[in-house]
Amino acid sequence: MSDTHAQSVAFVRETAIPAAPPPSRERGPIKWMRDNLFSTWLNALLTLAAIYLVYQLAVFALPWILNGLWTTSSLSECRDILQGETGACFAVLTERWNQLLFGFKYPSAFYWRPGLAFILLFIAAAPVLFFDLPRKMLLFTGLYPFLAYWLIWGGPLLAPLTALIGVVAGYLVYARFVKDNFAKGLAAGVVAAVVVWIAGGYLTELLAPNRPILPAVQSRDMGGFMLNLILGTVCVSLSLPIGICLALGRQSNMPIIRIICVVFIEFIRGVPLITLLFVANVVLAYFLPPGTNFDLIIRVIIMITAFASAYIAEVIRGGLAALPKGQYEAGDSLGLDYPQAMRLIILPQALKISIPGIVNVAVGLFKDTTLVSVISMFDLVGMIRGPVLASTEWNGVYWELFSFAALLFFVVCYGISQYSQWLERRLATDHR
Amino acid sequence: MAETAQMAESGPMEISDEVAIQIDKMNKWFGTFHVLRDIDLTVYRGERIVICGPSGSGKSTLIRCINALEEHQAGRIEVDGTLLSSDLKNIDKIRSEVGMVFQHFNLFPHLTILENCTLAPIWVRKTPKREAEETAMHFLEKVKIPDQANKYPGQLSGGQQQRVAIARSLCMRPRIMLFDEPTSALDPEMIKEVLDTMIELAQEGMTMLCVTHEMGFAQAVANRVIFMDQGQIVEQNEPKAFFNNPQNERTKLFLSQILGH
Ligand SMILES: Nc1ncnc2c1ncn2[C@@H]1O[C@H](COP(=O)(O)OP(=O)(O)OP(=O)(O)O)[C@@H](O)[C@H]1O
Ligand SMILES: [Mg+2]
Repeated sequence: MSDTHAQSVAFVRETAIPAAPPPSRERGPIKWMRDNLFSTWLNALLTLAAIYLVYQLAVFALPWILNGLWTTSSLSECRDILQGETGACFAVLTERWNQLLFGFKYPSAFYWRPGLAFILLFIAAAPVLFFDLPRKMLLFTGLYPFLAYWLIWGGPLLAPLTALIGVVAGYLVYARFVKDNFAKGLAAGVVAAVVVWIAGGYLTELLAPNRPILPAVQSRDMGGFMLNLILGTVCVSLSLPIGICLALGRQSNMPIIRIICVVFIEFIRGVPLITLLFVANVVLAYFLPPGTNFDLIIRVIIMITAFASAYIAEVIRGGLAALPKGQYEAGDSLGLDYPQAMRLIILPQALKISIPGIVNVAVGLFKDTTLVSVISMFDLVGMIRGPVLASTEWNGVYWELFSFAALLFFVVCYGISQYSQWLERRLATDHR
Repeated sequence: MAETAQMAESGPMEISDEVAIQIDKMNKWFGTFHVLRDIDLTVYRGERIVICGPSGSGKSTLIRCINALEEHQAGRIEVDGTLLSSDLKNIDKIRSEVGMVFQHFNLFPHLTILENCTLAPIWVRKTPKREAEETAMHFLEKVKIPDQANKYPGQLSGGQQQRVAIARSLCMRPRIMLFDEPTSALDPEMIKEVLDTMIELAQEGMTMLCVTHEMGFAQAVANRVIFMDQGQIVEQNEPKAFFNNPQNERTKLFLSQILGH
């Protein structure tokens, strides 16, 4: 027995080892740098190269920015002051600030209107983006589109009111009939809304006051970054629900619906956005009854929305496909009907999976709104390329203007991206 | 609580002559593949039936036909007096009366345990939220995991998840429960906790159809064992007779394989 090393094989712990802090070499910034920046020779070399690159960039850009002039009235004045030294001529931004933001035709007395609409946008979007906020705030979100339209475009108050009443009437009729049948409810709701809109349209024309509270501004007078924001906000918020419907329609077991959705998605995805915009600009007018004055902004919104929703539909289809069949079966076996199963079980999960893809499309869409400059709309880029650069004072100030445009778009897109990452963390419940 | 008392009154393991499920000459094809052939089965209220058979014999398909997760092409299925047809109203009615527990639990990962349990009562039965939550807690206590109510399914062990799945079905107060291999995705030590829950349910008089290879469970609670092979019911009998004195050759082979080692 004694030669089996019994005492070295059998073992019982009698005292617990207390937890101790790691040795000091394993803590703090030194360790972090050794682990992350200088862990191998190659890594150290790359770190040094990167530091050199950043230094060169700073040497190039910093004097340009710090020497920048903010208060001259033309590029030649800038050049006179700088006397050949490097330095930016940011004065173009201060001098053309309003034009860059609102376009060159929006009446300057009314700049406060889009400004107010922009501020209210945050309040309206908050309960949608942050669902811990009180649900009552959604009421304002519902009113916001009509309010914002009225603020930016002005004109008779009856117009947005009619639109609002039409939506409410449509919803009430829909809610009344949807119990029998979804299709019937939808059709009845749409009919009710259209009836209200047509009747309201006549009424608005009849009752239009000579001097509305907010004087009307025409669509062709919209411009600057405001136009990008209008197009971006409207198109993103429309294309998400439409994209969801298209994705579900593509999965439907009703062949007609499926075919319509597939054809729409594949057609729209196969055509460049710029083609669609030209169609909106020129061709669409031929299909409309003569005399109808179909707003150019609305035509552009339709095209960008169609384009983005086709992409979003495909992103969501990926999310739907990623869900195990068991989720559908569990919903079915509990007696949930199709809309309930979709709304409560399938879509929350599929949308969560699709967040990165949806954000990708949203960010892309927002940047693509600058394409409207090619159909002679004066959005931010259109303003820069057109009225600003063409003026005798500022001819040639490319870097400052386009950096400014880039900065504005970057701020918005980075915000969207940060929000989406927060949302993903917030929704992470699967603990994988 | 009142309901448990009432169940106890009717006596445990009581079988009535009331028909719960009636299946006549039911046939099903997957494309051209004849999965279920001339299935005849009558289940009385309070019966506990165990279905076994080799892989691919159509056991899952049979019980999935009962709540219309699969569509059958010929014959008739009547559940609780409601004829199963393509009429969506009937299907929804049957599904809300019949609970189902799956091999892979199929809990909703984006909802808490409590929300998993209250979802269907609130949306299908239109139960007020408070009441639904009370019912849910009652059944979560019954499956012995009330303290996990606010966790998400991903935070629970397999056995706990399966018990939540059982509680989720029970919250709809079903009159019939279907189980499709509820323990075969579980580790051995978790199988027992799920089986215990099922045994308790059986003792309360729930009508149960259970696809399982747990022969101990079959001997303990089943009052009938059905053996399926190649889409047909080959043999059915009381558990004692079924295990001790199987008649059909295929049953004998199957039993020797499953009990043999
Ligand atoms: N959706 C389907 N499409 C085509 N064939 C299917 C489908 N589902 C099942 N089958 C086939 O039907 C037969 C019966 O399947 P079923 O799942 O009912 O078997 P089972 O008895 O439950 O087997 P297991 O013990 O492996 O779960 C199998 O041969 C299977 O391949
Ligand atoms: Mg099976």
